[in-house]
Amino acid sequence: MKITKDEIIHVANLARLELNEDVIDKFCNQVGQILDYVDTLNQIDTKNVSLTSHASSSTNAFREDIEIESIGMEQGLANAPGKEDGCFIVPKVIG
Amino acid sequence: MKLHEMTIQKASECLRAKEISAKELVQAVLDRIEAVDKTIGAYITVNHDHAMKQAEMADQQIAKGTFTPLTGIPISIKDLISTKGLRTTCASKILENYVPVYNAGVMEKLSQAGAVTVGKVNMDEFAMGSSTENSRLKVTRNPWDLNCIPGGSSGGSAASVSADMCLGSLGSDTGGSIRQPASHCGVVGMKPTYGRVSRYGLVAFASSLDQIGPLTKNVTDNALLMNAISGFDARDSTSSKQDVPDFTSFLSKGLKGIRIGIPGEYHETEGIDPDVKAAIKNAIAVLQQMGAECVDISLPHSKYAVAAYYVIAPSEASSNLARYDGVKYGFRADHPGSLIDMYKNTRSKGFGPEVKRRIIIGTYALSAGYYDAYYGKASQVRTLIMDDFKKAFQSCDVILSPVSPTPAFPIGEKIDDPLTMYLLDIFTLSANLAGIPGISVPCGFSKKGLPIGLQLMSRHFEEGKLFKVAYSFEQETDFHHKKPQLSGKKS
Repeated sequence: MKITKDEIIHVANLARLELNEDVIDKFCNQVGQILDYVDTLNQIDTKNVSLTSHASSSTNAFREDIEIESIGMEQGLANAPGKEDGCFIVPKVIG
Repeated sequence: MKLHEMTIQKASECLRAKEISAKELVQAVLDRIEAVDKTIGAYITVNHDHAMKQAEMADQQIAKGTFTPLTGIPISIKDLISTKGLRTTCASKILENYVPVYNAGVMEKLSQAGAVTVGKVNMDEFAMGSSTENSRLKVTRNPWDLNCIPGGSSGGSAASVSADMCLGSLGSDTGGSIRQPASHCGVVGMKPTYGRVSRYGLVAFASSLDQIGPLTKNVTDNALLMNAISGFDARDSTSSKQDVPDFTSFLSKGLKGIRIGIPGEYHETEGIDPDVKAAIKNAIAVLQQMGAECVDISLPHSKYAVAAYYVIAPSEASSNLARYDGVKYGFRADHPGSLIDMYKNTRSKGFGPEVKRRIIIGTYALSAGYYDAYYGKASQVRTLIMDDFKKAFQSCDVILSPVSPTPAFPIGEKIDDPLTMYLLDIFTLSANLAGIPGISVPCGFSKKGLPIGLQLMSRHFEEGKLFKVAYSFEQETDFHHKKPQLSGKKS
């Protein structure tokens, strides 16, 4: 197979996902097939071909360095699953 | 004619002539949703109260004589476009209760134009899919055959337009997600040039490919919506300062002097349904009869578009979706343990299988040791695909192809086979990789009575040419007048 179970587990960890055994097996198979298919790209000689990362012709978009209104603390916290005293609450980080 | 069956153009005329009120029109659409959406399942959220308030405001504008072609027009919005105060789920568990605190750029524009938001419509989770089956919230059915998918990812948009549950809709297209459902539901769908319409407030899937666009009952309505939503927005750094023409100025019949490129590669693609082939052949004949000149062109790298796309889009998605961490907004799973455990639990419960699959592919393609082989290589092939189009457009004005190799397929048929599903995007992906505009217009029906769409693509910022050819074709044919029969339901 193109991708091993251990690789799936490793990549899932990088992406902060936890997959159960069944899903790991399924993904091994499906992602493997997809990567095999992606390998058809190797049929093309891309020596000296530049990379395209976006399709717009613009380069850097600058704006005037002026203050503009933003959403503010209350609105910024409006959808937070946990909040207190104007802060987001997360599990204890430093033991 | 029943009010909900009207086109935007017709309804706007009636509103202006005060033959109908915006309140009556919006109520008729809300009643239609009530009558048929239990069967179709297009809407995630219906904006009952606020829609009527917007309609009242529209009536006041009309009374004052200050209106636009969209004043009082009921529009549905794909549920990944941020609507202030109105739940925006992306059809995901992770955003199931998310209520944006700001409006997307396009929502500001629609609101300024006086349009009415009737509700938020279903889609594949985070726009990842071609059938709307990846929605984690509900099933949407094709109004032409309830056993079939409506297409995706803007399946709710296409189904709501097709079943007269709105007069027009906004969707988004990352690899065909406006054009393909438009094709499967028998409506008109436009993916504008990358940068034409602001992405501010569009929940990001693959930022270099995403673009918002309209789905409508006919070409004229599509041009009207494009007039309203196009234009520069400083809050989207890829938004273009290119002048926006009046798209309705291109709506005149006649194709003399128009060169239509027919890519040999598309028509040699294996697995194209015979009914689709026949409909496309007929469309070419109609266009030729109207004076268009057809020229053979070649897009030699188009057969690699699926492979390149399914590296680039998941790579961008894996990065974009890192923001869903259970801290700032959205769902948070119970978190016994560390911060990392909380992230993992939240994301594992919050995302569905297709989103996870694409995050895995993208993370893998971007991970140390694989970046050059996957993301780098795909980005080079993207350059070659863009070059193909540049060359092809030297000898033609628009390029013609099917939208999808097959009409809509039965719900459940392909859901366990992601690669087969991805391969169905072969005709639409290239336009996103190259950033060019594409439109889908109804061009026939399969033997089973399912709609078939014709795709036209043009150079960057030449949506006008697409509107001209699509409008001419539409005037000469009657496919867009046919309506799905939603039997047994009052309308």
